[in-house]
Amino acid sequence: MVAACLPREGLRPLAGWLLLLSVGSVAAGRIEDQTEQFFRSGHTNNWAVLVCTSRFWFNYRHVANTLSVYRSVKRLGIPDSHIVLMLADDMACNPRNPKPATVFSHKNMELNVYGDDVEVDYRSYEVTVENFLRVLTGRIPSSTPRSKRLLSDDRSNILIYMTGHGGNGFLKFQDSEEITNIELADAFEQMWQKRRYNELLFIIDTCQGASMYERFYSPNIMALASSQVGEDSLSHQPDPAIGVHLMDRYTFYVLEFLEEINPASQTNMNDLFQVCPRSLCVSTPGHRTDLFQRDPKNVLITDFFGSVRKVEITTETISLQPDLEITESSYKKDRMDEELMEPLKYAEQLPVAQIIHQKPKLKDWHPPGGFILGLWALIIMVFFKTYGIKHMKFIF
Amino acid sequence: MAAPGVAATDLEVVRGKRAALFFAAVAILLGLPLWWKTTETYRAPLPYSQISGLNALQLRLMVPVTVVFTRESVPLDDQEKLPFTVVQEREIPLKYKMKIKCLFQKAYRRALEHEEAALSLGSMKEAEAMLAKSQKQAEGSLTVYVISEHSSLLPQDMMSYIGPERTAVVRGIMHREALNIVGHQVIQVAQAMSLTEDVLAAALSDHLPEDKWSSDKRRPLKSSLGYEITFSLLNPDPKSHDVHWDIEGAVQRYVQPFLSALSAVGNFSVDSQILYYAVLGVNPRFDPASSSYYLAAHSLPHVINPVESRLGSSAASLYPVLNFLLYVPELAHSPLYIQDKDGAPVATNAFHSPRWGGIMIYNVDPTAYNASELPVRVEVEMVRVMEVFLAQLRLLFGIAQPQMPPKCLFSGPKSEGLTTWELDQLLWARSVENLATATTTLTSLAQLLGKISNIVIKDDVASEVYSAVAAVQKAAEELASGHLASAFIASQEAVTSSERAFFDPSLLHLLYFPDDQKFAIYIPLFLPMAVPILLSLVKIFLETRKSWKKPEKID
Repeated sequence: MVAACLPREGLRPLAGWLLLLSVGSVAAGRIEDQTEQFFRSGHTNNWAVLVCTSRFWFNYRHVANTLSVYRSVKRLGIPDSHIVLMLADDMACNPRNPKPATVFSHKNMELNVYGDDVEVDYRSYEVTVENFLRVLTGRIPSSTPRSKRLLSDDRSNILIYMTGHGGNGFLKFQDSEEITNIELADAFEQMWQKRRYNELLFIIDTCQGASMYERFYSPNIMALASSQVGEDSLSHQPDPAIGVHLMDRYTFYVLEFLEEINPASQTNMNDLFQVCPRSLCVSTPGHRTDLFQRDPKNVLITDFFGSVRKVEITTETISLQPDLEITESSYKKDRMDEELMEPLKYAEQLPVAQIIHQKPKLKDWHPPGGFILGLWALIIMVFFKTYGIKHMKFIF
Repeated sequence: MAAPGVAATDLEVVRGKRAALFFAAVAILLGLPLWWKTTETYRAPLPYSQISGLNALQLRLMVPVTVVFTRESVPLDDQEKLPFTVVQEREIPLKYKMKIKCLFQKAYRRALEHEEAALSLGSMKEAEAMLAKSQKQAEGSLTVYVISEHSSLLPQDMMSYIGPERTAVVRGIMHREALNIVGHQVIQVAQAMSLTEDVLAAALSDHLPEDKWSSDKRRPLKSSLGYEITFSLLNPDPKSHDVHWDIEGAVQRYVQPFLSALSAVGNFSVDSQILYYAVLGVNPRFDPASSSYYLAAHSLPHVINPVESRLGSSAASLYPVLNFLLYVPELAHSPLYIQDKDGAPVATNAFHSPRWGGIMIYNVDPTAYNASELPVRVEVEMVRVMEVFLAQLRLLFGIAQPQMPPKCLFSGPKSEGLTTWELDQLLWARSVENLATATTTLTSLAQLLGKISNIVIKDDVASEVYSAVAAVQKAAEELASGHLASAFIASQEAVTSSERAFFDPSLLHLLYFPDDQKFAIYIPLFLPMAVPILLSLVKIFLETRKSWKKPEKID
């Protein structure tokens, strides 16, 4: 009896210690988790591909959508060199725009998202399905400039935002062609095979947008859409002065959500999924996370919308021997060079002075050319045919 | 008259049947295969079996080591055994699908006269100078000299010495097992100078499954054919500071020698610029204790982004760009220090970001403000700046501080900042990385071609794939025989060819036709032709069956 009781009594403080230890280790583990969380995404750079697939004045809202996302992404830190912006870009200078050189996203013209530092990489008729797929897969002709390329690597997180008119399984590009969800899924698979992304966030704001992400099969993709299959995505508010709808509802509320994010915030993806419930958006936004390896609540918004770098303090230096004599002599040489050089001026380009003050040259007279002669001959022939040759005597 | 009419109709019917059968035969036997063949996507033949064989490739990296014994370094009977060669293998335990084995081929021999003379000199520097004159060593190879136990060339407590060129010195021992002990020491020294697990793990960090966050720290630049290095001077306050820097001279004196030492790794191009009114994105805080401003460690990641858009790195070239920024803080925020996690100011006042570049903050000497009025002329001390930038460049390339074996004296780097065997280490790492990348690209291409049936492979793409496969195999052979320079070149060719094949614009030739679109195209063409043929075939078949059954009935 005693022997049976003793272990139980001995076990109780032991159990107490064990519990304390495990709680302690769990707490320590949680603290460590939170610090590790900052580094958990494993990406070193961020890219964004923002595509507006519509043109013409009445699709103003799609351009405003894309430009607003562009502004947020730039504000949160992704530089222009890492953003590929594809826009038809025919809104700001459209003859029907009552306020030229502006694109507004809020009514009463509160916010001009066009601004003066928009860098559009593919504009107007360059926004085609082929160019879009070339940008994604990297199969670009070698003459393309660097700003038009998606130079991502296997540690890049890419945000892809598409807006326009869509249907069940396709997205219309500029009223002339379509991209199907299978093509998009294949393009992402080609990106995955070449490890052109670490994680990908795909956001689409079109009618029946959820159909576009149904066919994805590559890992590490998270997708959000503004409406389910069979539903239409609706626009937010018209502006009576401009005369068209300015933004779509889903993007409008996503933007309001993003306005509260700053580069250091810890908001995660679950909050983004809650944006724009059915009461506000009328359509039901959807999302797909089964291909994504991390839990969405561990994914920070700034993992995709912002650009936070990993930095390391430099603690080591190497030792160099300063060449003092050479320093002085080169310093002197520079000074001498500066004094000796002539004052700088522009190279001679056009001899404008000569051209302006030139007297007008007397042109040599040339007899009328064949066309003029032929025309006059025709006119005279017709005249005499009509009125008869006897009228010649009145001329001569 | 009915009979000939009936006979005529019979003949017609038979003819009709035969005609229908011939139509059907032509359509099915000739037409269907022709249509199938002509609508196939063109695929030039690719060496799929060789590509899948590349995955199982076993990389054997051979380091040829020449071990030179002087007199009295080892017992006489061991000296009798010289010269001979021993190969020691070590498997590198990495979780990578390609098995990597490290082979040290030790060629033991006796010292020649001039080597004996050189090693009996007083100091290490003289000895090295004399030895260097005699021979030039190929990349990847090492020479280890074994001196006697009591030699004064090394300090008493040091057992070995690693020099800046590809030479090392090890103390011999008078012992029965001398050769084994010396051999073991030689391996230790050779490993420190050539291949360690860390070097290869850093090279393959993108391909290993995953400790993403532990290998986060050391993320060297990806292997590329060339690099673009940009030095930028940021002056946010030109009204107070008139900053001058002799960047051309500094590049010529300090950076160019370093880059020419690294020239085997790729083409480098250097440019520089000065940016005015460029501010950092973070407001520094004031520290009353030291009456200076500081940037905390956790705000450093936000510094780079606002500046990057103004650096113009995208216009430079298609090569990866490394940016080195020198920031002279404004008068209102001077002096500015960087604090590390514990709150202590960093000695170098600089930080770097993997695969991007580095930033150093240069504080103007406060005595310069006394005499003159604003703007103050600031002449940047390029030596101090270049020491930090070159150290950052080394770290960005993944050239870590060498791990010395115990009791080993290290001579320190050469004046260029890079020892020759560190360059060899970089070449080993790059060769392995290139081979891994090329193999992954070729395997991905083969997998893609299997999954997506609409990709066209033209003949020139196929020839690139063949040359890539051949280059990978050649690189593996050269690595196994210890020729590092040619192995590196072959691995670069492999990567270039495989990338060119994978990213050829013609692979996107055919957009996808989903099944319903295919039906929509073919039905209007084939249905009008197929329906009469099929119906007549059905009719013929039914009539033939009826005529078989009829004789039975009559009988």
